[in-house]
Amino acid sequence: MTADSAPSSLSSDPAGSAPALSVTNLDVTYKVRGQDRLALRDVTFSIARGESYGLVGESGSGKSTVALALVRYLPSNGRVSGGQVSINGLDPLSMGRGALRDLRARTVSMVYQEPGRALNPSIRVGRQIAEVFSIAGQSKGEATASAEEMLRKVQISDPARVMRRYPHELSGGMAQRAVIAMALARSPALLILDEPTTALDATVEAEVLDLVAALRQEFDTTVLFISHNLAVIAKMCDRVGVLYAGQLLEQGPARAVFENPRHPYTVGLLRCIPRRGQRKDSDRLDTIPGFLPTPGTAVSGCIFAPRCALVQDRCRTTDPPFFLVDSVRTSRCFFHEQAPDLPRATPAAIPELAGHGADGADGPLVVMEGLSKTFGGSVHALAGVDLAIERGETLGLVGESGSGKTTLARVLLGLTTPDAGSTVTMNGKPLSPDARRRPKDVLRTLQIVFQNPDSALNRRHSVRALISRPLAELAGLSGPALRTRLEELIASVRLEDRHLALRPSQLSGGLKQRVAIARAFGPGPEVVVCDEPTSALDVSVQAAILNLLADLQQTERATYLFISHDLGLVRYLSDRIVVLYLGRVMEVGPAETVFAGPHHPYTEALFSAVPSLDGERPDRIKLTGEIPSAANPPSGCVFHTRCPRKLATGECESTEPPLHEDEPGHQIRCHIPLAELRELQRSQSVPSQGGS
Amino acid sequence: MSGLLQPPVEPSGALPAEPAGSAGSLGMTTGYLGATAATAVAAASRAKPTATVWRLLLRRTAFWVGAGIVLFWIVCAIFGHAFAPYSPLTQQLLFTNAAPSSAHWFGTDGLGRDVLSRVITGSRDILIITPLATILGTILGTILGLAMGYFGGVFDLIAGRIVEAFLALPIVIIAFLFIVALGPSTGTLIIVIGLVFTPLIARTVRAAAQVERQQDYVAASRLFGEGPVRVMFSEILPNVVPAILVEFTVRLGYAIFAVATLSFLGFGITPPTPDWGADIYANYIGLLSGYWWQTLFPALAIASLVIAVILIADSIEQVLAS
Repeated sequence: MTADSAPSSLSSDPAGSAPALSVTNLDVTYKVRGQDRLALRDVTFSIARGESYGLVGESGSGKSTVALALVRYLPSNGRVSGGQVSINGLDPLSMGRGALRDLRARTVSMVYQEPGRALNPSIRVGRQIAEVFSIAGQSKGEATASAEEMLRKVQISDPARVMRRYPHELSGGMAQRAVIAMALARSPALLILDEPTTALDATVEAEVLDLVAALRQEFDTTVLFISHNLAVIAKMCDRVGVLYAGQLLEQGPARAVFENPRHPYTVGLLRCIPRRGQRKDSDRLDTIPGFLPTPGTAVSGCIFAPRCALVQDRCRTTDPPFFLVDSVRTSRCFFHEQAPDLPRATPAAIPELAGHGADGADGPLVVMEGLSKTFGGSVHALAGVDLAIERGETLGLVGESGSGKTTLARVLLGLTTPDAGSTVTMNGKPLSPDARRRPKDVLRTLQIVFQNPDSALNRRHSVRALISRPLAELAGLSGPALRTRLEELIASVRLEDRHLALRPSQLSGGLKQRVAIARAFGPGPEVVVCDEPTSALDVSVQAAILNLLADLQQTERATYLFISHDLGLVRYLSDRIVVLYLGRVMEVGPAETVFAGPHHPYTEALFSAVPSLDGERPDRIKLTGEIPSAANPPSGCVFHTRCPRKLATGECESTEPPLHEDEPGHQIRCHIPLAELRELQRSQSVPSQGGS
Repeated sequence: MSGLLQPPVEPSGALPAEPAGSAGSLGMTTGYLGATAATAVAAASRAKPTATVWRLLLRRTAFWVGAGIVLFWIVCAIFGHAFAPYSPLTQQLLFTNAAPSSAHWFGTDGLGRDVLSRVITGSRDILIITPLATILGTILGTILGLAMGYFGGVFDLIAGRIVEAFLALPIVIIAFLFIVALGPSTGTLIIVIGLVFTPLIARTVRAAAQVERQQDYVAASRLFGEGPVRVMFSEILPNVVPAILVEFTVRLGYAIFAVATLSFLGFGITPPTPDWGADIYANYIGLLSGYWWQTLFPALAIASLVIAVILIADSIEQVLAS
């Protein structure tokens, strides 16, 4: 074991030049209800000039606090209670107001998650960007020209037109480009990107990430990239620091850390993500037991000790220093050498669960035909979708925002009334388009787990009331029978009795989603719609919820319509996959066939847009431009405006291709024949499947 | 696992969202102001246990001051006759229009009655009428507002126009119509003010209910087969209670004004029963002769009560929105 701890400032910058950013033993304290709570403890890292450093952590880890503390933007109840910061040799913590303003104006730029909130809604985009140049002393005309030039650099194709727009007239991706243009306008020494693509769709995210990478080359900017998304960090950063509960636990070159993590937390975190073609019928995901410590709790010893499988007595008493793993890597763990062999918290084997078995029933469970939904007379959220859901399967629904995923789910549930001519049948019987007109025994069979448990659970009701209500209303249970079923449900989603009396606000995100799942399964549904059930959750919580859904599917014989933008999750859970684009089915087929290809060009683009921890795919195909408006869909094939494989014949613009089935069960809506798609995509297929 | 300490995403946004000060404006028909503030409360209030609300409330000086003043007037209303220096009805015709002195701290009125005693005992009717009228208006307004917010569509459109038509009429005209029809009495005042407040409160509740209706739990309850009444009163209502509470206290302040106004106009309490509004009406002619104490002290009493209620309303709003 390496006994010597690392020097306090470990940086890989070339000798001689001072780092662009160095943070030494930074402590940040928030005063909450009169009590000081330590939000960052002893954070030390540095970024060399021109380097890209990633700060990764779950919510509550203190990522954003780091970013705010660097430029003294902490909210009024927060303060730096220890340590030093140096940006380009300047100390923002001790400088006066004027110098600080100067630092924020010239030396550091920040880009946040919500571009809409970073731009002033009442000032035209052009003027906002030009303002940055005016402040630098340029005349009005020069500033406008510079702004236009800057917009061109962030690959906005028609800068003059965009400059005349107000921020709300720009799409999310476009607005984020404008924000990046503003951030880079003064060639800052340090660019801080705080979850810059989290609010964007996958294909747009890919474009923005590419843009940031290209601009970094061009401007030679030093970047601090903050994200909860490990794959994005892996793609964008040279080095990475893993933050947990306000402490950096591991640091090193991004590739090395993600390929061979040496802290139990990093190891656990990476195992929570379904990778390399992992599937629900091959194994269960690993989880990290326990919870993030409450901020500000006094910790003796290692902060991760209560959740660590390698914990020894020593960890509970002594705070581990940074150990050098090798010349460029550090890990704050006494047992960093054993970390890769961290015992699993959840067995990989699929538990033997009662239930399941051939249902014997024939034909698909749900059939949707000619499903259309027009909002406000012109927005075609769904345009003639035909879809069947087989008994006991998980049908994964994939597509960017605006593709009609959620509308499809709501139509199925009867929460949105489709256009006339749409039919939904279940077990061969037609369903009323309005849930209020559906009899209770039909309502019972269709339930949903919403994306956001805060919105889905009535915050004024106790957990007991939340779960009991559908049991009483739909399953007609009362008294001891209801109590028995309630206990059964609680146990199956791994909640405890003490949770029953609590309100949702007293539960963590993961526990809330368990309540929502228990509520949905209560009445014994046949189909459960899962609408992005884990997108509001942290990675370590997500894994447990996915395992739970996989287990419940077996015990309760449920059929899932699983909606997600995360292809890894869809692949893990789904038996078949549907790809939607502008309210149309572009591709449908068995999960592994869809992933293996050949796929629809849109599916191909979607797959290659998503950054992966399993290494960069060669020769990504890239989409440019924005998703067209559903109010005014393109002629012919709706994807032709963005399709990189558009035919030169003009067929794509003029006629909408039919959904044709070249392989059994695998349908693609494209003019290009399957064999040709296979040829085109041969060189760049999705990474090998079934890596286990 | 949501980080308790996680600061707001953008640094410049660290300014706390100040709730719009509805209580600051005292216009009789400013329904919109009330509505926005209460909606902010509805949106911001994550279910806080009642105990927490009380704890936060008791920490506010404004709440203590307001509660103290209200309590003082309640004591006066109940026990005032016992500790008032004179009987409020006794006329001392030798001491009419006497300026404040050690014998009569607040002076006497045109009939030689002690103004201090009349102020002390004059709070009774106002303190009976205002809460009852406000409760009536809140109940009716909540039912109407919930229905408008939940059903939306044509019902909301029609009910909304009627509500607006109501709001367009000055309170005095409406009150006059009712009092002519029903005859002046305490009961009439309660009904009149309650009905006048109904559309105002309905508007606030409607706005809050509309926010709630968009929440997924309402969709979920529909999937559990809950009917509209159940969804409105068992799902949505508990979540708009904070907004209703704020609206109630704000309206209570307005109700005091309304009662005082109506009794000033002679629609309310009949003389010689001491009443602040009626006393101002009875004595304001005396202002021309310089007898300022006859109107000032009852007016200050009204003001103190209104301010006290507003202080309480403000505290509740801030606590619920924090």
